[in-house]
Amino acid sequence: MIPVAFDYYAPTSVDEAVALLREHDDAKVLAGGQSLMPVLRLRLAAPEVIVDLGRIEELNGIREDGDALVIGAMTPHSVVQADPLIAEHASLISLATATIADPQVRHRGTFGGSLAHADPAGDLPAVAVALDAFFVIAGANSRRTVGAADFFEGVFSTAIGEDELLVEIRVPKYTGWGAHYEKFNRVAQQWSIVAVAATVRLDGGTITEARVGLTNMGSTPIRATAVEQALVGQPATAEAVRAAAAHAADGTSPPTDLNGDADYRRHLASVLTRRAVLAAAGTG
Amino acid sequence: MTTTEDRPATEVGSPRRRKEDARLITGRTRWTDNIALPGMLHLAMVRSPFAHARITAIGTEAAKAASGVVTVLTGADLADEQGALPNAWAITPEQKAPVHPSIAVEHVAFAGEIVAMVVARTAAEANDAADLVDVDYEELPPVLDLKTAATDEALAHPDLGTNVSAVWTFDSAEAGTGQDVEAAISAARDGGILIEREIRQQRLIPAFMEPRSIAVDPTGEQLTVWSSTQVPHFVKIFIALVLGIPEHKIRVIAPDVGGGFGGKLQFTPEEVLTVIAARHTGKPCKYSETRSESLMAAHHGRDQWQQLTLAATKDGTVTGLKVELLADMGAYLGLVTSAIPLLGAFMYNGIYKFPAYHLSCTNVFTNKTWTDAYRGAGRPEATFAIERLMDELAVEVGVDPLEIRERNWIKHEEFPFATVSGLTYDSGNYEAATAKAKDLFGYDDLRAEQQKRRESEDPVQLGIGISTYTEMCGLAPSRWLGSMGYVGGGWEHASIRMLPTGKVEVITGTSPHGQGHETAWSQIVADRLGVAFEDIEVLHGDTQVAARGLDTYGSRSLAVGGMAVLAAADKVIEKAKPIAAQLLEANVDDLEFSGGRFGVRGTETGMSLGDLAFAVFQGHKLDAGAERSLDADATLDPDDFSFPHGTHLCAVEVDTETGAAKIRSYVSVDDVGTVVNPLIVEGQVHGGLAQGIAQALYEEAVHDESGTLLTGSFVDYLVPSPPDLPPFVTARTETPATTNQLGVKGVGEAGTIASTPAVVNAVIDAVRHLGVSDIAMPCTPYRVWKALKSAQQEGAQQEGGRS
Ligand SMILES: Cc1cc2nc3c(=O)[nH]c(=O)nc-3n(C[C@H](O)[C@H](O)[C@H](O)COP(=O)(O)OP(=O)(O)OC[C@H]3O[C@@H](n4cnc5c(N)ncnc54)[C@H](O)[C@@H]3O)c2cc1C
Repeated sequence: MIPVAFDYYAPTSVDEAVALLREHDDAKVLAGGQSLMPVLRLRLAAPEVIVDLGRIEELNGIREDGDALVIGAMTPHSVVQADPLIAEHASLISLATATIADPQVRHRGTFGGSLAHADPAGDLPAVAVALDAFFVIAGANSRRTVGAADFFEGVFSTAIGEDELLVEIRVPKYTGWGAHYEKFNRVAQQWSIVAVAATVRLDGGTITEARVGLTNMGSTPIRATAVEQALVGQPATAEAVRAAAAHAADGTSPPTDLNGDADYRRHLASVLTRRAVLAAAGTG
Repeated sequence: MTTTEDRPATEVGSPRRRKEDARLITGRTRWTDNIALPGMLHLAMVRSPFAHARITAIGTEAAKAASGVVTVLTGADLADEQGALPNAWAITPEQKAPVHPSIAVEHVAFAGEIVAMVVARTAAEANDAADLVDVDYEELPPVLDLKTAATDEALAHPDLGTNVSAVWTFDSAEAGTGQDVEAAISAARDGGILIEREIRQQRLIPAFMEPRSIAVDPTGEQLTVWSSTQVPHFVKIFIALVLGIPEHKIRVIAPDVGGGFGGKLQFTPEEVLTVIAARHTGKPCKYSETRSESLMAAHHGRDQWQQLTLAATKDGTVTGLKVELLADMGAYLGLVTSAIPLLGAFMYNGIYKFPAYHLSCTNVFTNKTWTDAYRGAGRPEATFAIERLMDELAVEVGVDPLEIRERNWIKHEEFPFATVSGLTYDSGNYEAATAKAKDLFGYDDLRAEQQKRRESEDPVQLGIGISTYTEMCGLAPSRWLGSMGYVGGGWEHASIRMLPTGKVEVITGTSPHGQGHETAWSQIVADRLGVAFEDIEVLHGDTQVAARGLDTYGSRSLAVGGMAVLAAADKVIEKAKPIAAQLLEANVDDLEFSGGRFGVRGTETGMSLGDLAFAVFQGHKLDAGAERSLDADATLDPDDFSFPHGTHLCAVEVDTETGAAKIRSYVSVDDVGTVVNPLIVEGQVHGGLAQGIAQALYEEAVHDESGTLLTGSFVDYLVPSPPDLPPFVTARTETPATTNQLGVKGVGEAGTIASTPAVVNAVIDAVRHLGVSDIAMPCTPYRVWKALKSAQQEGAQQEGGRS
């Protein structure tokens, strides 16, 4: 399919990009294009203007900033996946990124694009929620920071305003934490039916802190706080983790589709949570 | 006469790399969509979003006024001109079918049917204008469920008066090929074993890699049509018949074609409409479908309900099989839609000696995409049914499923064997293939591990699945086709051109779309003519070059087309011999042909075929009566089908917590007779396995209650890729076919036919001890989990009832 015709801009700075968004009512930002291009080609969207972020250098790259890692929105999945800083301080991100699609998609698709797209079946939103990431959003002459809990508002919808741009994501360091992303799908290229992002800190054999995020269990990524609380102070054993993971689907209303109904997803959530936590703790 | 058989055949049997691969893999070749002609116009189709509707009005003004638009045509504009799309196979004299338009005139019978066509200067403009075509529909209730459709409660085509297209039956007692099934069933009912099952063959989508594309040039004396098709020769004839263009004014070219799997064994609405567009505008026109259009509107496959009754004695000797089929035609009959279940009808008895057999098949219309051939076409359904039943029988009798098969199969010394369905299997050795497969699989060790996992209640259970299959290949003896109601023949044609410099052109009527004929045919000719592999070029797919041919489908190309090539090569030798005798001043009877050279027996005197070709080209020294050409044509009609067979074993791990089934190991031992190129056979087996496994675990075309295809993209229609498949262990036994010169059998569909039951049997074997004895295909994690859950609930209820 051929998209409806649009005007194309390729700004080289964030300010220029934001100015373009303000100038044009019906503009859409293009990052890696891995979600946007199919939408355009299927003519599910027909924006008049495309603002391509590909030439804005400041949006691309990963750096350390004190207690946090800062990931530029335009950093491709393939770079994130292989980055040593991320592997050391937030390995949950490396692990989840490695499960996205295939190498071609990971070379084009971007970290920020995935989060801005906010697909309930996307793998990175649950990770961002689990890790308490912060989103730096640029508007006209100003930047604001939004926490992960407030960033995801619904299916394909986030706190980014119409004339705004996601610039970078700040992730606190989880140095020394164990992590695991347990993704359940039917074929390797498929999106998650359900997935669980888990990272835990251990002291001896005891879990002292835990973060658990759920993918595709609702319209937004979900933080499994009941599980997290139940885990703290527990030994990282199969029985203890099983008991905690039983709460994984508490309060969720997951979707029903060709891959399963809500009941099945709830069941999967607790099985996968148990597996993810045990693997993160190194006892799975 | 002596031929090259004296000389060790060096090419046939050698794992040559395919000569076509460099260009196919790098894409440096010509696909239909790459064709650009001066002044070419582009088409976009407007398709119905409704499964069943009446068109009340179509507004084309806005589209016609849009930038770049040359014309917009609707069904009303083309009602007289478009003719009707053909069905080439009336399975009964009374077969009913609605008129099949290329573009709907008033009535729309499936979602995706074309209702208008835009012709514009660029593809983008055509697409833009297509969005502006304003169609008013009056929705009608869609007929979607196959079983309900069969009752005629609501009609997919109200004008037809019924949804039933035809009912076809075969009965071994009536045909004189066996006994009466009902007698076998009542005998089994008291004192024997009776197994009754209903199996759903889900709807599948062929999902070839290259979407269909057509380019038409009307500016020459002949109309030239490029199409991404398996059947250029069919397309030529049908353009003539449907559109009234004289056959000799049409040239059809299938350039390189990116896969078909039966999905391009069709004469399509898009082909008709692109020709019509070119005729209306007088300009070259091109249409290339999108992937979405391809999934929605290119013909689908399978989609049957199978009602099965197997009768056996207590010791597991089968006494009869009764099969009742409901087959979904979809909205219309395509080229061979009606006959797909029939192509399986002769295979339900598989490799076994059943004394009684009955099959009835009811073909039914619904408001879904029309179905037609898809890899295996009828035979996968048959093989699945019988191989699932044999596993169930083994459970009833309480013996190993391999043993139950052995009790019933045809022994190698019993060939040729006349089957209960009326075929004669010429050759086979089921014992040898099974023994080899068992060995490679480590059957006994896996059974031991399975036992251990059951005992320890491991959350991951192991299952072993078996499929001992055979199939009928080499479609087909023309007489047989005629007796079955097909309008065409089943022969194949080949020509060999001896060029002056000793090089050879081989022209084949088969139409490869990924199979590797260029390589395999070169190997056959290299051996027979004693010419180097590299000196042979295989030409195909252009009706101006390969004037005669019946194209590629039904695992026919080697067994029929390859044998025609061989026959043409023999004719070249035959033709060359007297000329060689004259030039060598020898007696014809003293000549022998070996290693590409005519020699005078007992002397050093001789002449190569290449030198002879040059001498013939010059003509200087030839007798007046000798033809100045060594070229030869041959047409070959096969005597019979060929019957590859094999044993496939599959081990599956089922995660009982999530329901996920994962193939742990897979062994296929196939007997495809003589192997021309083991690498090509290997490739066909691997791809075939992937496609059969896909039916077992992944693929299904699903419609919602209004008839919209929910699996309309590869996000939801799950085609497996390499990471989803295990490493395959493949091996062969070689029992040459006795029905053709080389002893070949065909391999294009074997893997697909064999693998589906092996996988499903394995999944069920893994969870049978937990109370599950059936799971619908594809065995998705969700379905497996639900089956486990309901078995558990039933178990709990029974426990409760007992206490
Ligand atoms: C075959 C395939 C399989 C896939 N499988 C998976 C999978 O398993 N898991 C998974 O998580 N993802 C998967 N994806 C999606 C992939 O991760 C994409 O990279 C991602 O969804 C979008 O990122 P992108 O950079 O391509 O963004 P784009 O497609 O360019 O943009 C996506 C959306 O975000 C907006 N946007 C992008 N960047 C910004 C920004 N900086 N500020 C504001 N708005 C912005 C765009 O306007 C657009 O609406 C798959 C994609 C494909 C093609």
